Amino acid sequence: MSTFWSIWVIVLTLTNLGLVTWILFANRKVAVSDQNEPDNQTTGHVYDGIEEYDNPLPRWWFMLFVATLVFAALYLAIYPGLGNFKGFSGWTSHKQLERHQEEAQARFQESFGKYQKMPIEKIAESREALKMGARIFANNCAVCHGADGGGNYGFPNLTDNYWRYGGSPEKILETLHNGRQGVMPPQEPVIGEEGVKDAAEYVLALSGQEHDAAMAAKGKKIFGTVCMACHGMDGKGNQTIGAPNLTDDIWIYGSSREEIRHTIRNGRHNQMPAQKDKLREDKIRLVAAYVYSLSRQQEVEQ
Amino acid sequence: MSDLIPTRDEQDGEGDVRYRMLYESEDKVYIRHIRGLYTRVRKYTGLPLLLGYFFLPWLNLDGQQAVLFDLPARKFHIFWATFGPQDGFLLAWLLIIAAFALFAVTTWLGRVWCGFTCPQTVWTMMFIWAERVCQGDRSKRMKLDEAPWSTEKVLRKGGTHAIWLLIAFATALAFVGYFYGIRDLVLDLAHFRAHPQGVFWLAFFTFATYFNAGFLREQVCKYMCPYARFQSVMYDQDTLAVYYDTKRGETRGPRKKGIDYRAEGMGDCIDCYWCVQVCPVDIDIRDGMQYECINCGLCVDACNSVMDKMGYPRGLIRFTSEDELETGKTNYLRPRLFGYALVLAAMLGLFVQHVATRSPVGVEVQRDRGARMFRESRGSIQNVYTVKINNMDQKPHEFDIRIEGKKGYDYSLRKPREIYLKSGELYAVPIRVSVPKDQLKETKHNIVVVVEAVDDPSLRDRHASVFIGPKK
Repeated sequence: MSTFWSIWVIVLTLTNLGLVTWILFANRKVAVSDQNEPDNQTTGHVYDGIEEYDNPLPRWWFMLFVATLVFAALYLAIYPGLGNFKGFSGWTSHKQLERHQEEAQARFQESFGKYQKMPIEKIAESREALKMGARIFANNCAVCHGADGGGNYGFPNLTDNYWRYGGSPEKILETLHNGRQGVMPPQEPVIGEEGVKDAAEYVLALSGQEHDAAMAAKGKKIFGTVCMACHGMDGKGNQTIGAPNLTDDIWIYGSSREEIRHTIRNGRHNQMPAQKDKLREDKIRLVAAYVYSLSRQQEVEQ
Repeated sequence: MSDLIPTRDEQDGEGDVRYRMLYESEDKVYIRHIRGLYTRVRKYTGLPLLLGYFFLPWLNLDGQQAVLFDLPARKFHIFWATFGPQDGFLLAWLLIIAAFALFAVTTWLGRVWCGFTCPQTVWTMMFIWAERVCQGDRSKRMKLDEAPWSTEKVLRKGGTHAIWLLIAFATALAFVGYFYGIRDLVLDLAHFRAHPQGVFWLAFFTFATYFNAGFLREQVCKYMCPYARFQSVMYDQDTLAVYYDTKRGETRGPRKKGIDYRAEGMGDCIDCYWCVQVCPVDIDIRDGMQYECINCGLCVDACNSVMDKMGYPRGLIRFTSEDELETGKTNYLRPRLFGYALVLAAMLGLFVQHVATRSPVGVEVQRDRGARMFRESRGSIQNVYTVKINNMDQKPHEFDIRIEGKKGYDYSLRKPREIYLKSGELYAVPIRVSVPKDQLKETKHNIVVVVEAVDDPSLRDRHASVFIGPKK
């Protein structure tokens, strides 16, 4: 706030406060309306023969009003309210937030602290830790990965035993900490539209789906020169760079002919956001343990 | 005109303009002590309630306070039941029922709640008792207030305020004890380690009680209480209220005992002002019904004792109705009262039945809102739900979840290995329900999620949801 507006606010506020006080104190008494009739104690209003007394208000009511004025003056002195004047207490909402955050951090430290040094496999055996992990997961991860961690279109399933980057506790922690950038480059500029169609047939063949054998044979050549760099000669993928296995039936972008063609033609860009600054170490360990336990849940026939 | 607040007029310096002060502290009400039927009724209804209020927190069940409103844990323990935030509607219903009971009683007996059981009246009466014990009855109190300060006055006044503060502190202690745990509170206070908030509220309620019952008193009923504002609409012709029998009483006037006053054209009222002197809200009931009247019956007791002394029949001032004063009969069986009683009984019955049959397990099911309505994987359609289980039992339990769906579908359910909830814990469990794609006949069908404690099948709750598949 510029100095002018600050002064403007201060003058307005104080003037109003003064006016209200003056109005209150100046109106403590009125001239009796009917000077000649000292016994007349009504306001002179009559409705259907019902007259209204002119009774004074209770004194405590007046005192309550005075108390609100005192409160206002004290408040303006202690807290920020008068333009740029910050109040004598030094209170700000930022400071209050920081204090509350510190308190919360201290409270979390109490419940999270003991998991700092514990190996993930051990944490995954703790009832309480898994519950906390489940809550953190529901608040931060379920949006993409689904409430059950089963994934969504474009987001991997965390409940099966198939991992793009590896499912060991260390790898899960790494994924959570630093995030992942999964890039499948667009291949149409490299192999042309015909090449895209042939390669797609070969990928269909790899995963044991219906395909055109002639096209797949042409596709195999393309695969051997272009795709194998990441997906491997056998198409089994590569966990160090997160290239998926093309021979199983797990697909995050669908396994139909059209979807596979689209993937090869335009590429895919996946991002798992890094959590190290958002969730911090203690929460990451709990979530990691929860994710680790997800692939070990039970499935029952009903 | 006797109910007018005396206004102080100020003469202006000029001498010809008078001013009226718009704010006046009201005159203190001095109540004459009286004994009688209604005073006894008040005593014997009030004492058990007061004892209940003061000693209920000390009652323990299974080693914990029987009635404890545990705000930080968001649990209300009331004897054998525990209520959580999700039972808020029960509290709402309880308050609605209480309001209806108040309407019904008011229609029937007028403002007896105010006169006999309202804490405002009960505590005021206690404080007046303290005044009487230390300073004597009405006339003595008035004299003492006018007398100059002396050792005796200091002692009498000091004693009164000491008793007031003691009652106020006991009140606050019991009140805070309902929330803090009274045993903890007393111990913590003795060791100077009580939570500052507890101490604050203790001080707050002590002084609130002290000022309210000591100084504000009838002003609360006259100016603040919302019930007093709208009770008049609940009165009808046959509502019992305190009335002065004008026909019998007028013309009022003092007389010697035993004369034939009727021959002199006088009524039964001897104009002794006792009914005015005992009135806690400082009205003259002989002016007819007034909005301040709280139906406490003190003037009835006072007038009856005077009538006894004079040898006249009782009931010059009595609980009666407008109808009775006009026609000689009160019509008790009237539709309004029937309606109230019926609705009240129905609500109370439903409420008791609901509380008695409450399952200590609460279950809520939310379908997961992903980017798509369902997930397809390996020839089956999957739906994901978050099952929120609330264990409201006093013991921890392990729970099992199962699905009841359409016959002929092979549902499979994926859920955590162990669903273990401590007493009072709330846990959101994600589950995945799958149906083979080729079995699914419809886009949407209903399923029911059943949650049951493994060690006690009677702890069970169910919640309906829908299973959504591809468009058919």
